Amino acid sequence: MKSLIMIIIAGALINNVVLNQFLGICSFLGVSKQMKASISLGGAVIFVITIASAVASLLYDFVLKPLGMDFMKTIIFILVIAALVQIVEMFLKKKSPAVYKSLGIYLPLITTNCAVLGVALTNVQEGYNFAQCVASGFGTAVGYTIAIVLLAGIRSRINEKDLPAPLRGAPIVMIAAALMSIAFMGFGGLQL
Amino acid sequence: MKKYVERLWNGLIKENPVLVLMLGMCPALAVSTQAANGIGMGLSTLAVLVLSNLVISLLRKVIPDQVRLPAYIVIVASLVTVTELLIKAYLPDLYKNLGIYIPLIVVNCIILGRAEAYANKHTPLLSVMDGIGMGLGFTVALTLAGALRELLGTGKIFGAQILPEGFGMTIFIQPPGAFLIFALIIAIMNAIGIKTRQRKLVESGCDGNCALCATASSCETKPAEKAAKAEKAEKAEIKAETKEAKPAEEGGAAK
Repeated sequence: MKSLIMIIIAGALINNVVLNQFLGICSFLGVSKQMKASISLGGAVIFVITIASAVASLLYDFVLKPLGMDFMKTIIFILVIAALVQIVEMFLKKKSPAVYKSLGIYLPLITTNCAVLGVALTNVQEGYNFAQCVASGFGTAVGYTIAIVLLAGIRSRINEKDLPAPLRGAPIVMIAAALMSIAFMGFGGLQL
Repeated sequence: MKKYVERLWNGLIKENPVLVLMLGMCPALAVSTQAANGIGMGLSTLAVLVLSNLVISLLRKVIPDQVRLPAYIVIVASLVTVTELLIKAYLPDLYKNLGIYIPLIVVNCIILGRAEAYANKHTPLLSVMDGIGMGLGFTVALTLAGALRELLGTGKIFGAQILPEGFGMTIFIQPPGAFLIFALIIAIMNAIGIKTRQRKLVESGCDGNCALCATASSCETKPAEKAAKAEKAEKAEIKAETKEAKPAEEGGAAK
């Protein structure tokens, strides 16, 4: 049990998926313009990554490994993720239209979020068991949400400032991300 | 002949995927710790991009429009798996350095982006040239950033000592350095872009894009108002998109 909590904390803070491993940068830079959208996307990502890592783990342990088809994992995982996002979308649409509406276009976009595939592949590389995979997926997704919501907050302040022209837009956001990354490096000192 | 050369130029400079279009940022930020890694990643992506553009362009009349994205993903994933196995067999050092970012070429937005925006509408030869141009643009951006980070972080370029031994701001080979260097490169590109735009503005007048305009502070509309306007426009856009997306889905469900 203790090790699962450690995996979650390590995934969320120490090896933050965006600021330390650079996965999911596209949506991190693109969606963080608006606070509300960032929170919605964060929720959707937590949902999808947790389920995707669970399914990928089961598939790898019980189908790919026994058949010796290790090398097919990239193709299988990306298809699983695409199908999963589709199913989650249909399920939410039917069961809770309110959540579905608040996620809007961000749900289908998750398929191309490299954090999802990245987590599934890392889990397999690390040789995690099922529970550890789910914990790692959940922790990583929480880390993503923390990062994107924080950046959205910072950006709403940046927008009001009079910046030198060349720095407007992407550069200043990346400088903000660099400072956040330095702050998150501090978590590296945590003794787990 | 001219349009083939134009494709190369377009990918390298005019629509450089990383520095101008901001696509494929994840691998760009992650592997640019050394110039050599940048070249390795860039060339692997170039190989996949050229082949995927070729295959998709050849199949562009065979693949039904409704299932084109899944079809592209399967094609790209297969090519990436082949590339990964080849790198693992022949360049084990590079494989170790790039690690998980090789399989992640599958979700690199540049590849799907070019398939969707170019390869499914143009002839195979043009698509291949487009792939080479975009791939080279990606490679150049990664190598440039990698060389800068390596120089500032360790005082070396391609492993050769340039600055005195013991020099090195470690922060530049750590994650924050990636964001800083790319922010710097893009800011410099913007500064150059603004100068050329100003020259053009004298001829053509304001084009309505204030984000990159150097005269924005002395412009009649105030920046705050502009930001508010831009935000409103964005919201309207998102609303419009969701509205558009809905009927399409319902149509799909009805089928």
